[in-house]
Amino acid sequence: MSPLKVPVSLNDHIQGDENALVTLVEYGDYECPYCGRAYPSVKTVQKHFGPQLRFVFRNFPLTQIHPLAEPAAEAAEFAGSRGRFWEMHDGIYENQERLSLPLLFELAELLCLPQEGLRDAIANHEFLPKIRKDLQGGVRSGVNGTPTFFVNGVRHDGSFEFEGLVSAIDARMLESKARVA
Amino acid sequence: MAQILSPGTQAPDFTLNVTPDQKLSLHELQGKPVILAFYPADWSPVCGDQMALYNEILPEFQKYEAELLGISVDGAWCHAAFSRDRNLHFPLLADFEPKGAVAKKYGAYRKKDGFAERALFVLDPEGKVFWSYCSPVAVNPGADGILQALEDLSLKRNNNEPVESSSFAK
Repeated sequence: MSPLKVPVSLNDHIQGDENALVTLVEYGDYECPYCGRAYPSVKTVQKHFGPQLRFVFRNFPLTQIHPLAEPAAEAAEFAGSRGRFWEMHDGIYENQERLSLPLLFELAELLCLPQEGLRDAIANHEFLPKIRKDLQGGVRSGVNGTPTFFVNGVRHDGSFEFEGLVSAIDARMLESKARVA
Repeated sequence: MAQILSPGTQAPDFTLNVTPDQKLSLHELQGKPVILAFYPADWSPVCGDQMALYNEILPEFQKYEAELLGISVDGAWCHAAFSRDRNLHFPLLADFEPKGAVAKKYGAYRKKDGFAERALFVLDPEGKVFWSYCSPVAVNPGADGILQALEDLSLKRNNNEPVESSSFAK
């Protein structure tokens, strides 16, 4: 099983408690339909585990097959630089079937983010180095497509539907609890 | 699973069509590390596709001046359509006639299926196998093994050590 080579740090987009028993890391692409399908399962999984689970999203845009994956990731990082990462991330996945440049600007407007700022960030690829770094770290950790999940640093090769993720997380949670006890 | 060529073996030379009217021989690439990625077939589902992944991270391979060649039994016209559809920026070679002949030389042919294994080879600049790995056919092996092998190869060469083949198993 491939281990996660880049530990979760403050450079990451993190939802949930630092002391959570289990950390779920997703390498995802905003234009990938499988990631779009995984999005609601992750939400349900988060609800299911509550504060016991921490969720981290990292970029893995396959730009050569998904031309909008990179600008979408740039828009999410731009929103992130203004403290609104998760709203943009969720907004993109919830509207994935109409993903387009205008959608990104529409979402920015809803979040009261400056349109010119977003335009410049995308045009100048301001956040591309961070995005590429996510991708490179993912490749070194054995990410072989999107979405790829890691549960407490171990690649999850099973299903990314609700049940598949829950059983992988449950297994790690038992281990963590055993260690604490 | 087939027994693929192991590290230390001289990689068999071959000449295959890279487009319907162009051929490429392995010996033309001597002097550079070469990555040979045998795979079963064009047109596998997109987001988990091995060739799409390699295409995305070509710059990482190029840091080691490595040349990547994808090889399957699909014909040159099929490769051309697949390559155009996926916007691939590296050559796909057609191991088409006689079918799978090159894959067989590398021990990477699945006779009962009639297509190649998902087998990876990193060749050193002298054309010897430095690292090889055969993945279960349904599992995209990713690129971490290739990058690790390229890094090990370049470290060895920079230290002027005689290039011994890597013996680690993934």
